[in-house]
Amino acid sequence: MTKKTESRIVFWVFLVPVLFAFLMVMVIPFFLGSYYAFTNWSSSARVDGGLRFVGLQNFAESLRDPSFLYSFGITFVYTVLNMIAINVVAFALAMLVTGNLRFRNLYRAGFFVPNLIGGLILGYIWQFIFNNAVPSLGQAIPALGFLADPANLMLSKNTTALVAMVIVGTWQYAGYIMMIYVAAIENIPQELIEASKIDGATPWIRLKAITLPLCAQAFTVTMFLTLVNSFKQFDVNVSLTSGGPSTMLMGQPVLGTELLALNIYNTAFISNKLSVAQARALVFFLVLAIISLIQVYVNKKKEIEL
Amino acid sequence: MKQLQPRKPGSILAEIVTALLFLLFMFPFLLVLINSAKSSFEVTQYPLAWPENWGNIATNIVKIWTSESVRYPSSLLTSAIVTIVSLILINLLSAQAAWALVRTKTRISSAIFFMFVASMVIPFQIVMFPLLSWFRTVTQVTGIRLLRTYQGIILAYIGFGAPLSIFLFHGFIKSIPLELEEAATIDGCHRHQIFYQIIFPILKPIQATVLVLNGIWIWNDYLLPLLVLGKGNTIMTIPLAVSNFAGAFVKQWDLILTAILMAMVPIIIFFLFAQKYIVKGMVAGAIK
Repeated sequence: MTKKTESRIVFWVFLVPVLFAFLMVMVIPFFLGSYYAFTNWSSSARVDGGLRFVGLQNFAESLRDPSFLYSFGITFVYTVLNMIAINVVAFALAMLVTGNLRFRNLYRAGFFVPNLIGGLILGYIWQFIFNNAVPSLGQAIPALGFLADPANLMLSKNTTALVAMVIVGTWQYAGYIMMIYVAAIENIPQELIEASKIDGATPWIRLKAITLPLCAQAFTVTMFLTLVNSFKQFDVNVSLTSGGPSTMLMGQPVLGTELLALNIYNTAFISNKLSVAQARALVFFLVLAIISLIQVYVNKKKEIEL
Repeated sequence: MKQLQPRKPGSILAEIVTALLFLLFMFPFLLVLINSAKSSFEVTQYPLAWPENWGNIATNIVKIWTSESVRYPSSLLTSAIVTIVSLILINLLSAQAAWALVRTKTRISSAIFFMFVASMVIPFQIVMFPLLSWFRTVTQVTGIRLLRTYQGIILAYIGFGAPLSIFLFHGFIKSIPLELEEAATIDGCHRHQIFYQIIFPILKPIQATVLVLNGIWIWNDYLLPLLVLGKGNTIMTIPLAVSNFAGAFVKQWDLILTAILMAMVPIIIFFLFAQKYIVKGMVAGAIK
């Protein structure tokens, strides 16, 4: 056996296991799914018989469905609020824990821990906090009495329930993003800071002229991560609000906090419209791809400017 | 470790603010702990109070341990099997695939690598429904069961975990000097020996990153097990068990919070032992 055939054999033998798994769960389902989105695919119309090409019908149906349009809007709102809240909190935490603090490592670990627990479990914990702990606080402290009123439960109104999801999202994710900022801040050359101190720069100017510009690369990463993760949020949505409470859009009841990922899931398994759900997933993918491309492009441009 | 400077008023303020924020961040965990030690009456009446009798926590833990809908021991075992087997396979198979892709410079190898990288932008939502029907079709044709089985979910984790893992290994392997491998070839090493005996051990730092990133994802994942293993299955991971229980007993917060506590304990113990690797791994994985 020559060296060349040997390396060719090794190449394929090494690659085949992973390639097989990848084809089975990613490539084949991706192409099947892209096709199914344009058919009448359902649990009864399987691949073998009855599968019909229906063109853009599933997309048209989705665009007429208030619940989908509502989910789209609310997902954008949630994503923007979540990105802002997470990054502001994470950056502030990073500034604090890179300072000269006594229990610095304990703080870092503490802020980071929620990220290790799955979103599903976090959502249940916070459901308990919003529905039980917060009203109990209202009962205990007369000045906060309004919290005890069942009408004021955060999860009982769709706007405050969305804010509740942002709070949970921030608690879950800020510590992780903080670690990325910490790495960036600790990479700033100490001489730069020293020099600016000698020149009499105030902490505010140091933040604006040194820290923020030198963290520009980290911002590209953190913005991307928070954008994608917020847009795809599912676990917290399921366990915290299950999409509720209901509200009205275009004269029809819709779920008030049903983000896109949950809407797609419910379309398939509650409304039993598999092909429509698949069309929505395709739209979801394209929109996510476009906005994350725009985000990376904008951040990269900022990186150069700063 | 940086030199500690004498404390200024500013740093005392920062100290206090950080400590308060830390307590705020830890508060939800504290609530889970204290309410796991309460009776169901106590939980609903006084969720913020210190428990009357810490002994209750043992009672609640026994209830969850023996609960039919959580099946804690079996769920813990399932989560452990799925996570560990998937991790071992992802780590080894992605490393060897990445090495093959780096060291073989052909059009095919760059195309395959590009395919893996491109797939990282594809959200799970777009493949999840066809995945289920495709798995069903495979079972009909070959008789190999993929849905509701270990082999099915582990295969899925390898496929979904491979792109990022290969990407991370690929970047690391590129920086390993080729001379190392050439020397081994001259000494009569076969290609596969070069990988298993020389390259794979060098990959340790990046293996840690790959294991941490995939491990945390797989351990906590909810949607994929929900779809592939399904509800009401004998095989159930911890997140499935918790949602199974919390969904069924909406008001039994004493037991739900105990179940949550028991679900969190393994990962927190793990974090205490491997904190450095976990943080490093997750940050490194994000930046690359």
